[in-house]
Amino acid sequence: MHGLRTAIRGTGEGMITLGLVLLLFCVYQLVWTNVEANAATAATGDDLREAWVATSPEPAPAPAPAPASAPAPAPVTPSNAFAFIHIPRLAPGFVKPVVEGVTPADLAKGVGHYPTSVMPGVVGNFAVAGHRATNGEPFRELDKLRAGDAVVIETADTWYTYTMSRSEIVKPTQTDVLLPVPRSPGVSATEPLITLTTCNPRWASTERLIWYGALSGTQPKTAGPPPALAGAGA
Amino acid sequence: MYGWIWRHLPGPTPVRLLIALVLIAGIVLLLFTVVFPWLEPLLPFTDVTVDDSGSLTSVTVPTGSPTPFP
Repeated sequence: MHGLRTAIRGTGEGMITLGLVLLLFCVYQLVWTNVEANAATAATGDDLREAWVATSPEPAPAPAPAPASAPAPAPVTPSNAFAFIHIPRLAPGFVKPVVEGVTPADLAKGVGHYPTSVMPGVVGNFAVAGHRATNGEPFRELDKLRAGDAVVIETADTWYTYTMSRSEIVKPTQTDVLLPVPRSPGVSATEPLITLTTCNPRWASTERLIWYGALSGTQPKTAGPPPALAGAGA
Repeated sequence: MYGWIWRHLPGPTPVRLLIALVLIAGIVLLLFTVVFPWLEPLLPFTDVTVDDSGSLTSVTVPTGSPTPFP
């Protein structure tokens, strides 16, 4: 009799413990990953700004050898930020660092650039992924984007303004959204495009929400922020 | 279980309470720093990339090669 009572009590306590652990996991996912990712994102962005400031005095000699239309992008190393992404529609002054790579560790520091896709401004597809829920959730409201909205990529020396054209919802295995011409295998790219990917629905992740756009403007950083960011005060 | 732990903690009640709180804090810390980060990628909430590996971890596609998915 005593053994049975102990067993029942032990089972009940185990159940309560499991429930508490699950509740704690919810706190971890909904709160803690955002706290950690927001700190990591801020630190990543600060580091990139500092690196840009540290290297900027050097490439400021006489602008005699006029660079071709697109300046060569700075060397990019895995898991390091190399650009910022501005999406005024998501929030006034929305800006997140773009990190090279799409591993969970990369995506916890900002928005991740698919290493197999081209750099911003280059003919081909510049593809990035961002969390829609947890881990800083930069693309939480990506469904609020509208055709014609601007997505601005800021590199060390250039603003690249992409105008978004359309969105679609695809299966998680639909990797051809990352092709140089999305969904068109074997077709050569003729213009710089952008693809944004995130999960859909927000908490289930059984599909992917994809946004496509094309480069509509390029201007050097020295010329100030592009018109798309001027209104929001960048 | 909890009763057994309580009976095996040394010292008077205030000391036991303190030890119990430290134990709870330690377990929560272990969960947040080791167990949950390990568990997170195994669950589907944080998948945002497209990949054709069939696994839940984020893997990218080789460029240029036509995708096997029409």
